[in-house]
Amino acid sequence: MSFLSYLINGISLGSIYAIIALGYTMVYGIARMLNFAHGDIIMVGGFAIFTIVSTLNLPPLLGILVAVVVCTLLGVTIERVAYKPLRGASSLAVLITAIGVSYLLQNVALLIFGSNARQFTSVITVPNLKLAGGKLSISGVTIVTILSCILIMVGLLLFINKTKTGQAMLAVSEDTGAATLMGIDVNRTIATTFAIGSALAAIAGALLCSTYPSLTPYTGSMPGIKAFVAAVFGGIGSIPGALIGGVLLGVIENLSKAYISSQLSDAIVFSVLIIVLLVRPTGILGKKITEKV
Amino acid sequence: MKKNKVLVQNSITYAIVIACWILMQLLSATGHVSSLMKGLMVPLCIYVILAVSLNLTVGILGELSLGHAGFMCVGAFAGAFFTKCMEGVIPSVGLRFFFALLIGAAVAGLFGILIGIPVLRLKGDYLAIVTLAFGEIIKNLINVMYVGLDSNGFHFSIKDTTSLGMEDAGVVIIKGAQGITGTPKAATFTIGIILVLITLFIVLNLINSRAGRAIMSIRDNRIAAESIGINITKYKLMAFSISAALAGVAGVLYAHNLSSLAATPKNFGYNMSIMILVFVVLGGLGNIRGSIIAAVILTALPEMLRGLNNYRMLIYAIVLIVMMIFNSSPKAIEMRSVFMERFKKHKTTAKEAA
Repeated sequence: MSFLSYLINGISLGSIYAIIALGYTMVYGIARMLNFAHGDIIMVGGFAIFTIVSTLNLPPLLGILVAVVVCTLLGVTIERVAYKPLRGASSLAVLITAIGVSYLLQNVALLIFGSNARQFTSVITVPNLKLAGGKLSISGVTIVTILSCILIMVGLLLFINKTKTGQAMLAVSEDTGAATLMGIDVNRTIATTFAIGSALAAIAGALLCSTYPSLTPYTGSMPGIKAFVAAVFGGIGSIPGALIGGVLLGVIENLSKAYISSQLSDAIVFSVLIIVLLVRPTGILGKKITEKV
Repeated sequence: MKKNKVLVQNSITYAIVIACWILMQLLSATGHVSSLMKGLMVPLCIYVILAVSLNLTVGILGELSLGHAGFMCVGAFAGAFFTKCMEGVIPSVGLRFFFALLIGAAVAGLFGILIGIPVLRLKGDYLAIVTLAFGEIIKNLINVMYVGLDSNGFHFSIKDTTSLGMEDAGVVIIKGAQGITGTPKAATFTIGIILVLITLFIVLNLINSRAGRAIMSIRDNRIAAESIGINITKYKLMAFSISAALAGVAGVLYAHNLSSLAATPKNFGYNMSIMILVFVVLGGLGNIRGSIIAAVILTALPEMLRGLNNYRMLIYAIVLIVMMIFNSSPKAIEMRSVFMERFKKHKTTAKEAA
């Protein structure tokens, strides 16, 4: 029974990774850049909910809504101010800028909220589920996390395949030049992608902080990096890949925490990345891109 | 002609470092150096070595490494471990320190090769994330590692000291999260400066050699470099492992500057790697002398202006973003060239008028 509960908690953690990984994967697929600040947008979302719910005593649902709006605006602003001027510059320059943005968000949060961990009140009030005569208890947060991950995944796939904006995103990720010729506004499409990714980060922030209720300015950076590992694991640029990679990584992390060593679980997760890059650099569902000169 | 120019430029770089050393010697001989400054001298050398070596990866090779502190950590622990083990065998502290430097460099370089082999053959930004992961793995591993030494040889455990199963006379060398304690304080400013000079000698000579030109050609155009027969992976690996080995040297220097060595997020964490990256970016990617100057200014300045300490990290972040946009954005480059042209035109018309 304990194995099953570790597994379910792993899937729940993996679902959060998957939601974060979606943001990474979409931005990477379209703008060909690694948005290092993505993890810190999660933290901003967490603090937005914290401010609304714990400081101002307003309902949690409003908190989530405000967090989504704040993160979306933040994501679009970051793209406009920091990344857009660097379109066409070397990927090294973009990467260093992204690290600068990530660092900036962390330190602004540090100046505003301080480095002490804040106790986050869970925004999810679903009762625990008891199975097998009370032997197996699944917390409400776990259920909501897994369900919202599935919901987001289905919604996103529908959005990309059925709407015009979604098709434009696909086109830009295939070939930016050809997409421009077809009358697609590339800048707007990239901004939309950042908006969607950041909104998802806000939701991931709500779920993450409800599962692990302590909030610091560095809360987002580690899950962000692990979600990137998940995106590479599943195949970067692929949306179902983000789901598979995220869930697998969450399960690996939780099982290694339970059965090997809780201190070494991070090391094991990162070793997964190195093994994946050795064996199959394109990830589970990634496409091999042939390079044209 | 070209060769002479390079020689002159390199000599200026060496001369700056030597001049700094002479200046410090003079100041301390006349008693003008505060104890704060004295405590800062060896860390300054460490940061300069780290910045110059990271510039080899980021500026010359054009790959981003976010695990430079991780390599430093490996070097520090390898060096300190050696010094502790050889306490009875080599009595001279200086000699042990010398060998520790070599061993720290070798171990860090070896890790550089191990990390580089799977990652450097890939295209894209993977090196950044893998080196970041490596830094975290190393910190995690060292914090759970217990190594002891007695007459039966080494004992190893990842649980605690008692599970090492040692004789009573045995010594525990690495104590998990406590790290290594009791390393001799052998590092001095003069040794630091000598190591800075050696680092500069290695890096500058590499840059101006055939291998260095190959490395820079990979940075500028990978496909073109490959098509003229340059072995991409080999040269990438070469630059990356040399950079890692030099970070290891800085680590050994760090370990022998303090009496206890533990892997905390503060000294070997992600923030440290970013700080070194800020030195490199502010000094100019690929500009070795710039790295030295940026490292010295950014280390000494916040120590002197204690009031700014809370905003230090914030300033680093803004420096990264602004420098990158100003230096690399296609629009900013265009604007700068237009401005420069106008400036030149202005000068020539002024000359004609005169």
